[in-house]
Amino acid sequence: MTVGQAQQEKRGLLRPVGWRSGIQTLILIAPSLFWLVVFFAVPLIIVFVYSFLRRGPYGQIVWEFNLGNYARFFDPLYLNIFVRSFKIAGITTVVSFLVGYPVAYWIATRPVKTRTTLLLLLIIPFWTNFLVRTYAWVLILRDSGLINNALIGLGIIQQPLPLFGTDLAIIIGLVYGWFPDMVLPCYASIERLDFSLVEAAQDLYANELSAFLRVIIPLTLPGIVAGSMLVFIPALGAYVTPDLLGGAKSMMIGNVIQSQFLSVRDYPFGAAFSFVLMAAMLVATLVYFRVSRRTS
Amino acid sequence: MTDGPAVEVRQVTKQFPGFARQPGSEVVAVDDVSLEICDGEFFSLLGPSGCGKTTTLRMIAGFEHPTTGEIYIHGKPMGLTPAHLRNTNMVFQSYALFPHMSIADNVAFGLKMRKVPRDETRRRVQDALDMVRLSNYGQRKPSQLSGGQQQRIALARALVNRPEVLLLDEPLGALDLKLRKEMQIELKTLQREVGITFVYVTHDQEEALTMSDRIAVMHGGRVLQVGPPIEIYERPNCRFVADFIGDTNLVDGVVQSQSGQEVTVHVDDEISFVVESDETFTTGTEVTVAVRPEKIRLLPVPTQGEPNSFPAKIDQMVYVGTDSRFKVRLSERVVLSVRQQNVISTSDPTAYYDAGAESIWAVWLRDAARILRN
Repeated sequence: MTVGQAQQEKRGLLRPVGWRSGIQTLILIAPSLFWLVVFFAVPLIIVFVYSFLRRGPYGQIVWEFNLGNYARFFDPLYLNIFVRSFKIAGITTVVSFLVGYPVAYWIATRPVKTRTTLLLLLIIPFWTNFLVRTYAWVLILRDSGLINNALIGLGIIQQPLPLFGTDLAIIIGLVYGWFPDMVLPCYASIERLDFSLVEAAQDLYANELSAFLRVIIPLTLPGIVAGSMLVFIPALGAYVTPDLLGGAKSMMIGNVIQSQFLSVRDYPFGAAFSFVLMAAMLVATLVYFRVSRRTS
Repeated sequence: MTDGPAVEVRQVTKQFPGFARQPGSEVVAVDDVSLEICDGEFFSLLGPSGCGKTTTLRMIAGFEHPTTGEIYIHGKPMGLTPAHLRNTNMVFQSYALFPHMSIADNVAFGLKMRKVPRDETRRRVQDALDMVRLSNYGQRKPSQLSGGQQQRIALARALVNRPEVLLLDEPLGALDLKLRKEMQIELKTLQREVGITFVYVTHDQEEALTMSDRIAVMHGGRVLQVGPPIEIYERPNCRFVADFIGDTNLVDGVVQSQSGQEVTVHVDDEISFVVESDETFTTGTEVTVAVRPEKIRLLPVPTQGEPNSFPAKIDQMVYVGTDSRFKVRLSERVVLSVRQQNVISTSDPTAYYDAGAESIWAVWLRDAARILRN
């Protein structure tokens, strides 16, 4: 092959013409398309269809269109769980930000070599299985766990603190579980921050708090928004954490869905609840992006 | 406000912790520097990168604090006063305009922080924008402005606060040559109008010469010479200053004799220079003679009564439009750069000097050269 032919070949690949371009594009996206259709779109459609059907007496699907599953969502029992889940996910996000942002800031302002090491240290615990790590919190938080034993041993308290099985335990577990998802996007935007802007603010009579609120926060907002979404969405749909760390009264949306599918065997209601959750997440995401775009 | 000089830097040394904060590995960025900058002066800190000029500026601004020594602004010792409590403002090399704020909000930032009433803020911001001739740009974002415009906004943002001292850290460094030349004149004019003391950091000697009332030449953390541009250029006090400011020929020699102000410097067996100097040199002192290329004349005949008149050979010649640059050889060891203005438009200097290449004379006046101690 001559150089000229090779160049033509290359040009052909880069700038395909006519019907060839269509086929090449199709071949290139086929694997992702296949994956999305078979493992995402089809199951989603099945669940969507189920959500309008009815449960038979033995847990089977009765093909009878109705909106009853969606109406049941407004039962105070489920509405409560829904609202509480939002509250827990919201608190988790705020706490993650309050703890994660300073960590991200601190890492991003270390010398370059140190940063890599610190990020690695941040991520290493997450190489362990999520279930195992969440179970470790059971050992820490339960009545005869690490914290209570230590506090009783030191004579600070007589009775074990009710940590395990509370919303607090769930929030601790969720914050821990999605901590890197908050730190990493914040780190990325802080690392890109031009610190001469902070100096400029200080030079223009801004004290450290003003410089932080008026310059650092607005300029790292994209990272904060991304981190918050990455924490809020999985926290809202959390299932393992409330299942292990929460008590009987601390059910979250994820647990309701799980029990509908696996214990109650009411597929249609579980499907409807899943779709309500998805819609809520979508709305939350849109609102969040709208608000953050306006402020930045 | 006018107690003492605008800025006084008194015996300031700044050390930065070195590798792994081990004692003994500290880096001395500024080494026992003392400066007095007068009210209303355009004062430049000039030197190559790493000479300590930016660190000195940042210490005046309050971003860094001296390891030893003290900085006074209008007589008040600054000590550890942080930047936001100092009456100085800075124009950053990168402009450092807040990208998330409009131009008007950028300019208003300092006034807002000082809680200046809203009406007054609006008026002063508009005045500042008028001053830099960007009156109608208030609602835009910094990214919508060109480099030169951003630079002027950075200036307006600092000057709107009417600082006691304006600090400028290579503010023209990012502009292209033509714009830079325009901005040099504009900055100088502006400084005269507002009458605020400017402390200007640059590594560009031409920029410093063009704009400054006085220049401090820095090297290796020390101030080598302080003076008005003419003094710095015409009477450099050391080899570094002579070499750093403009082009210069540096020729090593040994003092042979001195009669009054005339010092004879032995260069090699063929040539000796005669240089005027106020200083007294003992015979045998090793010195450097500095002669600027433009002060040397190339003539077809020797000049009577002028001791610095040497037969020369032209090694090289470059025509650069406004002038022609030569390398002329006086002896085996001594080759000088010479610059001649192309005064006569019709003549081809190449032809002229080619013809005389074998019998040309390099001449300079005895007060045109400087004698520098090594």
